[in-house]
Amino acid sequence: MFSLDRRTLLRAISAAGVAAALPRSAPAQQGRVLTRPIPSSGEALPLVGLGSWITFNVGNDRVARDACAQVMGAFFAAGGRMIDSSPMYGSSQNVIGYGLAKLGRPAALFSADKVWISSGSRGPAQIEASRQAWGVPRFDLLQVHNLLSWELHLRTLLAMKAAGQLRYVGITTSEGRRHGEFERIMRAQPLDFVQVTYNILDREAEDRILPLARDRGMAVIVNRPFQQGDLIRKFARYPLPGWAAEIGCASWAQVLLKFIISHPAVTCAIPTTTRVDHVQENLAASTGQLPDAAMRARMIAHVEKL
Amino acid sequence: MSEWWTYSLSDFLLFSAHTYYRLFELYNLAVWPWQIVALALGVGVLALWLRGGSWRGRAIAAILAICWLWVAWAYLLVRYDTINWAAGYFAIGFMIEAALLVWSGLIRDGVRLRRGRDAATMTGFGMFGVALFVWPAIGLLFGRPMVQAEIFGIAPDPTVVATLGVVLAAERTRWELLIVPFIWCVISGATLWTMESPNAFLLPVVALIAIAVTVRK
Repeated sequence: MFSLDRRTLLRAISAAGVAAALPRSAPAQQGRVLTRPIPSSGEALPLVGLGSWITFNVGNDRVARDACAQVMGAFFAAGGRMIDSSPMYGSSQNVIGYGLAKLGRPAALFSADKVWISSGSRGPAQIEASRQAWGVPRFDLLQVHNLLSWELHLRTLLAMKAAGQLRYVGITTSEGRRHGEFERIMRAQPLDFVQVTYNILDREAEDRILPLARDRGMAVIVNRPFQQGDLIRKFARYPLPGWAAEIGCASWAQVLLKFIISHPAVTCAIPTTTRVDHVQENLAASTGQLPDAAMRARMIAHVEKL
Repeated sequence: MSEWWTYSLSDFLLFSAHTYYRLFELYNLAVWPWQIVALALGVGVLALWLRGGSWRGRAIAAILAICWLWVAWAYLLVRYDTINWAAGYFAIGFMIEAALLVWSGLIRDGVRLRRGRDAATMTGFGMFGVALFVWPAIGLLFGRPMVQAEIFGIAPDPTVVATLGVVLAAERTRWELLIVPFIWCVISGATLWTMESPNAFLLPVVALIAIAVTVRK
């Protein structure tokens, strides 16, 4: 486990012009965000990232775009790096590009996007449109979204990586779809990342995907950590268990996130949010102590009784 | 898309309810005062409906065609497309409906309205009145501000309901004019239901009433 020097990071981000967008308090600043290395390179990545599905698709609404930029500013200020999007997510890519420009293009950014189009030949044009929307010179990571035309797109992405136009290549799925085919691709292709759904109630990925990722040296991004907020709404009716304080959790959201990122195969979870306080709360979950195997079992036993 | 049966409606939701209704707010502010023109056209349709005249069906079809074209361009293509990549396809559907209204209603005079107090005429007239006068206030009932009101001729849902009302009251059932409105009722109803909007049931209910009345005509 690595940790990023938050003071250095904050100084760099502030120099890039983020300071004006920061809220008055940022709880995650009290600790260092924990990181894990990307297996294929050793590069350290904070355990909590930022997704953009639904939350960043706000069209041309200037007020909402500014709010998203504030969330991004708080995310970087709290030590976050990975922002994930897709051409499927409406205006999210453009909104991210707007936020990055407003924040002075933070150097800490780890840009993760996807290719999502049936036609293999139109993949490069979609990737270029995505890159322009973000306003980045190149993406750090590109993934084949939901395995759509994966044979064709992987060829493109691996060629881009070989040409130095891309740093990492991955594939994604969600809600347990096509895990069989997902595994076959993981075994056969030189992937850097895989992205799957995994949370305290949906642990199917634990059986085969996560162990395979460790064996094959692939980083794992976890999407839908809160099941679109359903898990938080479900558990919010119950008091926070006493053991939550033992692992430094002050909310159910942090309990759910700590469970995910404490799995040794997980590299980064990407919760989505429209709120500055929530993004701070999420990043704070990647500080302090993570639950060990015994505590994870206790967490599962507790929530399954609720 | 493989294993499509494993997807739920929520997997296709691209935006929040807040963003969806905020879009209407920004749209209403941008096109003001065209809402007044649209409402005047709606009142004009009611006046034509109540008055005689062999040309009134043609005039009503022409007004509705203009409304469908406006919604296709000003709302679906210019605004909704910014948050929903499928909006361009919806706009094509709305343009097709406009063309069908011109062909069936204006050119072939196929939307001659019935006279009398039969169920189809009364339901159709009532549906049009609801679309024109009640639909803009629905948001208020569910706690949304008036600036987010969905107005006939400006927003898709009340325009669809109004059109269903007119087609229901036509002397002959014009099935070709019902296809796009029914499809939209499903799409919009599903969108609102996925967003957990409290008025998600309205459009599907309108469609079911229209189907029942049309079949019994």
